[in-house]
Amino acid sequence: MGWETFLQHVLNGMQLGSFLALIAVGYTMVYGVLLLINFAHGDVFMVGAYGGMFIGLFLLGAYDMHLPFGLPAWTILPLTILLTMVVTSAVGVTIERVAYRPLRRKGANRLYLVITALMFGLLLEHANLAVLGARDRQFPDLFAKRTFDLGGVSVTNVRILVIVISFVAMGLVGYLVQRTRWGMAMRAISYDRLAAPLMGISVDRVIVGTFVVGACLAALAGVMYGTAFPILRYDMGLLVGWQAFIAAVLGGIGSIRGAVVGGYLLGFIQVLVVASPLPSTFRDLITFSILMAILVLRPTGLFGVARRTKV
Amino acid sequence: MSARRLNAAGVVFVSVVMAGGCSGGGSDAIQIGLNLELTGDVPKVGEHSRVAAEMFVEEVNSAGGLDVGGEMRQLELTIEDNGGTAEGAAAAAAKLITQDEVLLLVGPNASVAAVPAGEIANNEATLMISPWSTNPATTLNRPWVFRAPFLDTFQGPVLANFATNEFGAEAACVLYDVASDAPVGQAENFISRWRELHGPDSVVAIETFTTGDRDFSAQLTNVGASGCEVFFVPQYYNEVPLIVEQAHAQGLAMPILGTDAWGDPQLLELCGSDCDGYYFSNHYVASGATGATAEFIEDFKERHGEEPSDVGALTWDSMRLAAQAVQNCGTLTGTLVDDRTCVRDGMAEITDFDGVTGQMSFDEQGDPIKCAVIVRIEDSAVTFHDSVCP
Amino acid sequence: MKGTGIRMLIGGVVALTVVPAWIGLYNNYVQFLITLIGINVILAASLNLINGYMGEFSVGHAAFMGVGAYTCSLLTVWLLTQDAVFGAPVLAPALSLVIFPATLVIGGVAAAVFSLLVAVPSFRTRGDYLAIITLAVNFIFKSMVENIGSIGGPRGFMGMGSVISAMNRILPAPWLMIWTLLASILTLYVIHNFVNSTLGKGVVAIRDDEIAAEVMTVDTRRLKMIVFLLGCGLAGVAGGLHAHLLGFINPASYFILQSVMVLVMVYLGGMGSLSGSVVSAIGFTLLLEFLRPMGVVRWVAIPLLLILLMLFRPTGLMGDRELPDVFPRLRRYFPSPEDTLMEEAGVEA
Repeated sequence: MGWETFLQHVLNGMQLGSFLALIAVGYTMVYGVLLLINFAHGDVFMVGAYGGMFIGLFLLGAYDMHLPFGLPAWTILPLTILLTMVVTSAVGVTIERVAYRPLRRKGANRLYLVITALMFGLLLEHANLAVLGARDRQFPDLFAKRTFDLGGVSVTNVRILVIVISFVAMGLVGYLVQRTRWGMAMRAISYDRLAAPLMGISVDRVIVGTFVVGACLAALAGVMYGTAFPILRYDMGLLVGWQAFIAAVLGGIGSIRGAVVGGYLLGFIQVLVVASPLPSTFRDLITFSILMAILVLRPTGLFGVARRTKV
Repeated sequence: MSARRLNAAGVVFVSVVMAGGCSGGGSDAIQIGLNLELTGDVPKVGEHSRVAAEMFVEEVNSAGGLDVGGEMRQLELTIEDNGGTAEGAAAAAAKLITQDEVLLLVGPNASVAAVPAGEIANNEATLMISPWSTNPATTLNRPWVFRAPFLDTFQGPVLANFATNEFGAEAACVLYDVASDAPVGQAENFISRWRELHGPDSVVAIETFTTGDRDFSAQLTNVGASGCEVFFVPQYYNEVPLIVEQAHAQGLAMPILGTDAWGDPQLLELCGSDCDGYYFSNHYVASGATGATAEFIEDFKERHGEEPSDVGALTWDSMRLAAQAVQNCGTLTGTLVDDRTCVRDGMAEITDFDGVTGQMSFDEQGDPIKCAVIVRIEDSAVTFHDSVCP
Repeated sequence: MKGTGIRMLIGGVVALTVVPAWIGLYNNYVQFLITLIGINVILAASLNLINGYMGEFSVGHAAFMGVGAYTCSLLTVWLLTQDAVFGAPVLAPALSLVIFPATLVIGGVAAAVFSLLVAVPSFRTRGDYLAIITLAVNFIFKSMVENIGSIGGPRGFMGMGSVISAMNRILPAPWLMIWTLLASILTLYVIHNFVNSTLGKGVVAIRDDEIAAEVMTVDTRRLKMIVFLLGCGLAGVAGGLHAHLLGFINPASYFILQSVMVLVMVYLGGMGSLSGSVVSAIGFTLLLEFLRPMGVVRWVAIPLLLILLMLFRPTGLMGDRELPDVFPRLRRYFPSPEDTLMEEAGVEA
């Protein structure tokens, strides 16, 4: 394999990994505070992509009802992302309020929360199908796409943007979690749920905040995904959602750093299996066997903390 | 207490369903069952199929009904969603045949649904016409199952021959979805034909992905490095634009060929000018259509807001075939078993049927003998290029 | 279970299902539904053993169902029918009444062996990490089968219809329904006895506190192995039945969606309640079928209904109680082990 081909594959893996990492972080944050696998998260990502599409089209003036003034081209992407974050946060918070909080109050076994999450995911998907119909939707070009040739390796500006924006976003989240009081509250809750309120932490508010952050990341991922792969389907959240969940657990669920590493690891494994001389039909088989092997060797994921339980 | 009520409700529920199993049905209208993929992997397939069928029924009914041996009979549709799965298709087929007591079935479309549904239709001696399934197993050794489209075994070699003649190519690459029925079949048939023509090593890159993947960069990198002269992508209209865009981003310049899976009008909308200069095989060409075909396309467009995909056109033909079968039968006695046999025989009698998807006659397996068209994409429009007949 | 209770149950079930079907009172759709319900009962009960009684989180049940489905189907088609892939039948189709249940068992054993992929890691891995392994097993199974072109790959495999026809030729009867109901009742019997045995107590102990159980001389490794082998093996049997119900199998039928459906049935019924699994398997299957005419809206209504159900009954339909707990009259026929103990000790209930 030539040098250029290898670099090409590395870039492919980086992009795929970025998407998985962004969504995996959302999974892991909610898990950290609630011990809940929010299976609806993949569909929140779908809402982000569709929301970004509608908002983007609106901002670009594609609809009859549009803004009375034109917007400079470079503002469209950031505005779309911000507005989409509002939409997905609303969805995420609604799910938390309507489904998770009542069940938490009743002290339901967390596995019932998981089932509720799954059901919400199904609901979102099929509500989309019922309301918007079966036509595939096209994500608008929020900025001009260009391809550069760097010494035999073709790079699109989309790919660079995805990787850069993902790093920035995850850096921000890391800062938020490690360096702010809110982040400290979040970490406190994940260490000890019972002691946190005793320390004056409003658990409910922090939880809502967690959902908001997770949903914002999902919105970002949705918009960038729509930009990179402009054809949207109602079930687009399914596969990406499950893979991101696997990435989050692989990295050690509850650990944000783990989710990021897990996401990139999964992305790279998938790309490299295809790049290898093995026939690409074996991709899933090999990828998931590697995953299983990693989990057998490190049963709590790469960065997971083995929880000590007092007997 | 509430659990007891729940349980009681359950018992009532079950008995109602059970009792329903013994009900008869009977009305003057001809009942046609539609077994469609309204949810699941390919909801658009089910949607276009449903629209085309409903359009047909409305047209016939508003003209007074179907003339069956002198009597005018209205048509009625019973639609069940099979969810695009084998289990759903079997359940829906069983329900339509034994519970809803339809005269004949149209659909399913997807092969994973059509194959098990066909088994049930065959066992229950009910005529079934699949508008879209290309897997040979759907009709194989099943005298009660027919289909409207040509098979994968026909389409793959057609494209292999075309690529050889049109481009003088010797080396080909293939990219397909390893988890999807039709692409696998078409890829296999194309590859074996290509190897017949050009030798055992002439397919220089065989790349695959799984349903739902959006990023084909890794596979396309391999394709680019292989040096092939023609690229066969038997995938669906909503995956092809992504593949093409990513291929172009990597600098791949060879011609790309497709199958009837490209044949949805949204392909042009989603692909833009990226797909210009590429070819695919299909059942018919929308542009430049005349007569009944043009009328069908216009009516569909008016009704649903977009042009019909090949599923829509094939369903239209399937409904017309069904109507023809009933008319060939001549008289409907009212006894379901006899009527179904009569209708099936009426179907087998059909020769030189003029459909919007071409002229067809049926062989002993219930597969149509019809031509394929090769179309070219130019200026975001699909134009006729060549016709290939068996 | 006491003798009379079982006999009543079996008698009731047979009277309600097999007899009317045999004499033609039920049409094929109802027979299809009853068979499907039976299969779902086996799936829900077997997953409840792993998820409910042992407290694991297995999301991979469909993969074991698939292993059983493929093993059983390949065997029956090879042995008993004329087929494009295998050629002439190896054994006389007249033997199908004996061969079919044997292949079901072999399918179950194959699924059990495949479950070692999950059972062995479960020694060290717990909770959500084990869930990932079970999820990965789903992908591995699907990818594996898709790559075996000789048995159809993604295009599927068929021929099982001829096996059922062969059985019908020997003696016309709703054979698949009979086998399914036999299997369901056997499954419930086995699981009920297992759960109420000493081993079963150990399993529940693992759920409640694994370390404490280990300290109390429960051999957790052996128990986990047994539970996985049993649970996944039974799923394999269900898979074999499912394959013959549809007459056609493909890897996509045994993937994540199917696993999720079984999971929903288990949690809907209540973790750790066998009768809950039965009730919810019946109810869920019927609900899905009953709402089929709704088309797309079906899959909006069903999650909504289930969410509401979860909100109002957060422990599932029956929590961890069994039917005799809800209907005390049934105690006479299905005494719980406590009742039997008290009776033997001479204490009046």
